[in-house]
Amino acid sequence: MSKKEKEKELPKEDLRIGVFICDCGSNIAGHLDCKAVTEYASGIPGVVYAKENLYTCSEAGIGEIQNGIKEHNLNRVIVASCSPRTHQPLFQNSCSAADLNPYLFEMVNIRDQCSWVHMQERDEATAKAKDLVRMGVSKAAFLEPQMDIEASLNPRALVIGGGVAGLTAADTLAGMGLEVVLVEKDKDLGGLLRKIHRVAPYGNEASERISGLIEAVTDRSNISVYLGSQLEDVGGYIGNYEVGIKRDSGETVQENVGCIVVATGAVPLVPEGLYGYDGEKVITQMELEGRLKKGPVEAKGVVMIQCAGARSPEREYCSRICCQTAVKNARLLKEQNPDAHVHILYRDMQMYGTENEQMLWDARGEGVRFDVFSADQPPSVEEGKVEFYRSLTGKTVEIPCDLVVLSTPLVAREDAAGLSQLLRVPMDQNNFFLEAHAKLRPLDFATDGIFVCGSARYPANVEEAISQGLGASSRVATILFKDKLVVSAIVAEIDEDSCVGCMGCMDMCPYGAIDYLPEKKICQVKTILCKGCGCCASTCPSQSAKLKGFKPEQILAQIRAL
Amino acid sequence: MLDVGRHPNIELMAYSEVEKVDGEEGDFKVTVRKKARYVEEDRCTGCGACKEKCPTILPDAFNEGLGDRRAIYSWFAQGIPSTHTIDPDHCRQLNGKKCGICAKVCQADAVNFDQKDRVVEIDAGAIIVASGYKVFDPSVIPEYQYREIPNVITAIEFERLLSASGPTGGHLDRPSDLAVEAEIHELEKKVKKSQKAIGKLEKKHGQDSAEMVEAFQSGDYADDDDRKKWAAKYAAHLEIVEPLETLKKKAEGFSVAKRLAFIQCVGSRDFRFYPFCSGFCCMHSIKEAIIANEHERETTSVIFGMDIRAVGKGFEEYKVRGGNQSGISYIRGRIAEITEGPNHNPVVTYEDTKERRVKSVDFDMVILATACAPNEGVEELAEILGIGVNRFGFFETGTFQPLDTTVPGIFACGCAHGPMDIPESVAQASGAAARASLVIMDSKMREAS
Repeated sequence: MSKKEKEKELPKEDLRIGVFICDCGSNIAGHLDCKAVTEYASGIPGVVYAKENLYTCSEAGIGEIQNGIKEHNLNRVIVASCSPRTHQPLFQNSCSAADLNPYLFEMVNIRDQCSWVHMQERDEATAKAKDLVRMGVSKAAFLEPQMDIEASLNPRALVIGGGVAGLTAADTLAGMGLEVVLVEKDKDLGGLLRKIHRVAPYGNEASERISGLIEAVTDRSNISVYLGSQLEDVGGYIGNYEVGIKRDSGETVQENVGCIVVATGAVPLVPEGLYGYDGEKVITQMELEGRLKKGPVEAKGVVMIQCAGARSPEREYCSRICCQTAVKNARLLKEQNPDAHVHILYRDMQMYGTENEQMLWDARGEGVRFDVFSADQPPSVEEGKVEFYRSLTGKTVEIPCDLVVLSTPLVAREDAAGLSQLLRVPMDQNNFFLEAHAKLRPLDFATDGIFVCGSARYPANVEEAISQGLGASSRVATILFKDKLVVSAIVAEIDEDSCVGCMGCMDMCPYGAIDYLPEKKICQVKTILCKGCGCCASTCPSQSAKLKGFKPEQILAQIRAL
Repeated sequence: MLDVGRHPNIELMAYSEVEKVDGEEGDFKVTVRKKARYVEEDRCTGCGACKEKCPTILPDAFNEGLGDRRAIYSWFAQGIPSTHTIDPDHCRQLNGKKCGICAKVCQADAVNFDQKDRVVEIDAGAIIVASGYKVFDPSVIPEYQYREIPNVITAIEFERLLSASGPTGGHLDRPSDLAVEAEIHELEKKVKKSQKAIGKLEKKHGQDSAEMVEAFQSGDYADDDDRKKWAAKYAAHLEIVEPLETLKKKAEGFSVAKRLAFIQCVGSRDFRFYPFCSGFCCMHSIKEAIIANEHERETTSVIFGMDIRAVGKGFEEYKVRGGNQSGISYIRGRIAEITEGPNHNPVVTYEDTKERRVKSVDFDMVILATACAPNEGVEELAEILGIGVNRFGFFETGTFQPLDTTVPGIFACGCAHGPMDIPESVAQASGAAARASLVIMDSKMREAS
């Protein structure tokens, strides 16, 4: 604390601004006149020191900043160089090291915005750099010292869902030494995998593996398992969630956790009204799993129809895992009864990767038949046969059969919407949970502290669910293994006196960082969740929501300087 | 990349190779060779002044040879660490010639021609292998004539053409047209040179070349050696001007590629090469076709595939949208061959399985969606680490321990153990980190007890 107490908080009238202009070798200086910009900067009111550096980010450049702060008693520092995205943290830390509050630092980007985009226009680039520097100086006058926000962390994790993804996450987190609360709606752990006969591609017994995992989880002393239980309410935020869990007995228990993993899985669609589904002679793959588990399936001819209830206008997505499931089960049927005719009617065989495609080759070799149909001419199921149009020969073909198996997609659970509201995390158009970034943050929610894995995100096979369960625990560990949570002070604040409680900001906030306080009839920012995006500030009709570091007077000062 | 480069707990050793691994789970000793960059990483600020002055021009491997780079270079603009490297095979100075220009222009004093490889030893509790994959080289498929027909290119080459920071600035210029433009550029340089020489002579004699040559040919200046040479020079000049004009006229008709064909499963699902499905290429082609259409709205694409495997979250929807809004049509089947038609247009011959007819259609450009092949050096790395390789040539992992290799404490993620897309790779990377943490925590606990 002593260092922070030393930090200078000088009144605005005593401005002592230092401006450092970076040549970036020739990257900036090659395309604009850095010397002229430096001279210009030294003449702006409030600027007591202006210096041109060859490389401001080099050791020598950093030294210049720190010497400048000491020798010229600077209370604001501006670096005109490259992108704040890459270099702001470095410069802020350098200010800190010289006992200047890092929030009294301002960055101006004369590389991307001047030398790069105006490469052939030296005079214009120089003039623009001067403008940007002047704007930065004007804003700097209004900067305020800030303290990073710190919060405590409860090193416990809640895992919702006891299927293979959730069990993997719980087991991994507990293995790392964290306490885990595992909530499962069902009376038993294991999820969908309990109902599966064997797992592709090597035909491993699913039950063996899942019972091993259940045993490991129940044996761990640092995992509390709540069976037949559901989440009732969720309060708090990253680091300190208070969760109400309703047990099957009817009582509600309170648990406090630091992070949450959503692993609630998905369910196979029951194809009522599709292809004459009756659960007897026309069944789903999941029902076939049940029959395979019991013993040999009595059928001489089996036709499997893919995309039953999927990739259609009402349910557009591909459920990813049904093709591999169908091929796996087709092979098991052939293994039980090599004389059985097993035929798969498909639109695209989604056998992605190494083992799946190999399984497809193997199935063909073992005599499983495959035929393509197109979405506008689906097969028709009739008594004792399936008819379809074979475009390769241009003829309609009949396949005699005594069992039809429909490969139906995994669909989101009905109660997913409720959970999404409780946790305030979004779902996609198919009611699967929506991750923060489709490519780069597949297991994160935009809201800090909550993660997703397995089929709750999107249909996943066992291997993928396990990888994601492991991945989600890693994401949790990166938070809960720290002593405390430290976040940037650039967050929004809402003025209690002028807020009218219209809740406009709550709708705009992508991070669920704003609460409505009914007793005061105002909105309030949960600073620890705020990412400083400024959506609330730009929405607020009474200008009560303001973003620190980007307050109206700070932005207006920049604009007026132009 | 930036986050990794800046993280206080991560020591980045780029341009380095693992040479030896000893020990076991919880206590590995890893020997790493840090290859000489001939540039001091901690001094280089990545400003790029050196490469602007370097006289040695080489094909740019990052841009698939479609652009060029210098002998001192950074792999790509925003790479981490943001430092440069000298290519020791091509640098003049390192090959005994006089140069050293980069060292002279470097204001950070970072160039060091005496730098040597450094071998360092690292203690590690766990190891994660994320060595990725190799793009299959389709020139071994005779029927596609890659490298024979200039406008048949790979998906990765196409990616560079689409990139705003790529060799064509994001314009879909056809390689055959680019070759003509390069030829024009060369000829123009020659013309300029000979024009200068002729101009000097014209000035010296105060006479126009054409006039002089006419007089010379009618017998004047028979004894004038200077004029004799001049006439020869002028003739040679005309000899390059003519083809230049022809080429220029030809180039006027050039436009960017607007009719594209994407060929799926190039090297994948093919027993001659790789039997497996590379998983991401269908989506890659769809994405490239959509972006090409965004560049030029009239661009149309045909994607030829046995199945279109759009299996990830939102992928099927993306595929359908590409068809409805971005001019993509999907044709089922594996194409028979690609031949070269007039105007360097590749002609694709295939069987239309819906109409039961063999068709030949010409396109401006054909893009080959190449297989995700096991990376070079997989066998060597497997031997160094002692881990298994599966029948497909990737590192071996199992269904229930999907990120564990055959050696405890060594994990694999991403395309190093099988083809997969970005979200799957990212999720696995986190998962492998969790597996590695467990091992390290366990060994620490054992030490403590």
